[in-house]
Amino acid sequence: MAHPTQLGFQDAASPVMEELLHFHDHALMIVLLISTLVLYIITAMVSTKLTNKYILDSQEIEIVWTILPAVILVLIALPSLRILYLMDEINDPHLTIKAMGHQWYWSYEYTDYENLGFDSYMVPTQDLAPGQFRLLETDHRMIVPMESPVRVLVSAEDVLHSWAVPSLGVKMDAVPGRLNQTAFIASRPGVFYGQCSEICGANHSFMPIVVEAVPLEHFENWSSLMLEDA
Amino acid sequence: MAEDIKQKLEKYRTAPFDARFPNQNQTRNCWQNYLDYHRCQKALDAKGVDTAPCDWYKRVFNSLCPLSWIEKWDTQREDGTFPGKI
Repeated sequence: MAHPTQLGFQDAASPVMEELLHFHDHALMIVLLISTLVLYIITAMVSTKLTNKYILDSQEIEIVWTILPAVILVLIALPSLRILYLMDEINDPHLTIKAMGHQWYWSYEYTDYENLGFDSYMVPTQDLAPGQFRLLETDHRMIVPMESPVRVLVSAEDVLHSWAVPSLGVKMDAVPGRLNQTAFIASRPGVFYGQCSEICGANHSFMPIVVEAVPLEHFENWSSLMLEDA
Repeated sequence: MAEDIKQKLEKYRTAPFDARFPNQNQTRNCWQNYLDYHRCQKALDAKGVDTAPCDWYKRVFNSLCPLSWIEKWDTQREDGTFPGKI
């Protein structure tokens, strides 16, 4: 989850997010190097007492500062396209979960075998237990088996919402009447937080998402328990 | 044929990748399987044949379609206002 004074992304919890994170580091490093160089050149130009009014043109440097940026752009484009295509790979999910956005809560449906469905409301601030996170905790979490490809079909029952979990590298708009597909693999067990990412009314900021990745047996036990309770 | 279907259904985990619907928008995938199940039921019932093969479509649309959509469509079919052709 996010923490105070955080500058970068949250720790990656899925292979795709890891790739995105590393690509971002790579692109940002190039950007910072170029910006530093330019800033240095500007200050050098502004603070020098030397002048030269007689330079007209120079083929060599023109060639260098045309080819070099082109090379840098290729070095950015290749990893970028690699990740783009990686994210579009045909995956073979083990599990399908539907995330339905409502005003103002999410509901999750696990219907591959039985019909398991439940609502997930934010825990109000006054009801938080010590150690829980304000505006992020929910009464029921979306439990998934770890290291399994999971397909999430996102939709909405009323207005636009958006289902986002940054540490899994997932964000998908919830559109009424449309079923949007996304997928992820949770590389490690853990609890991953997200928030509704499309303005949807008064309590848009108060309908968070919590995904909990657990070993497969725990997932199976949990789903049996949930079905019994229903 | 019936054996294959039974095996396929026993090994069923979730709706597999369908090359007819390769992209982000899976609305049509859900709709098509719902239609295919009911059309299959109707056709095989009319012939008086075992409707077990239709169960594949049922598993798939149950995996993909939101419960509220299925309920709505079931009600529409009962009322005779269902927009699809079955």
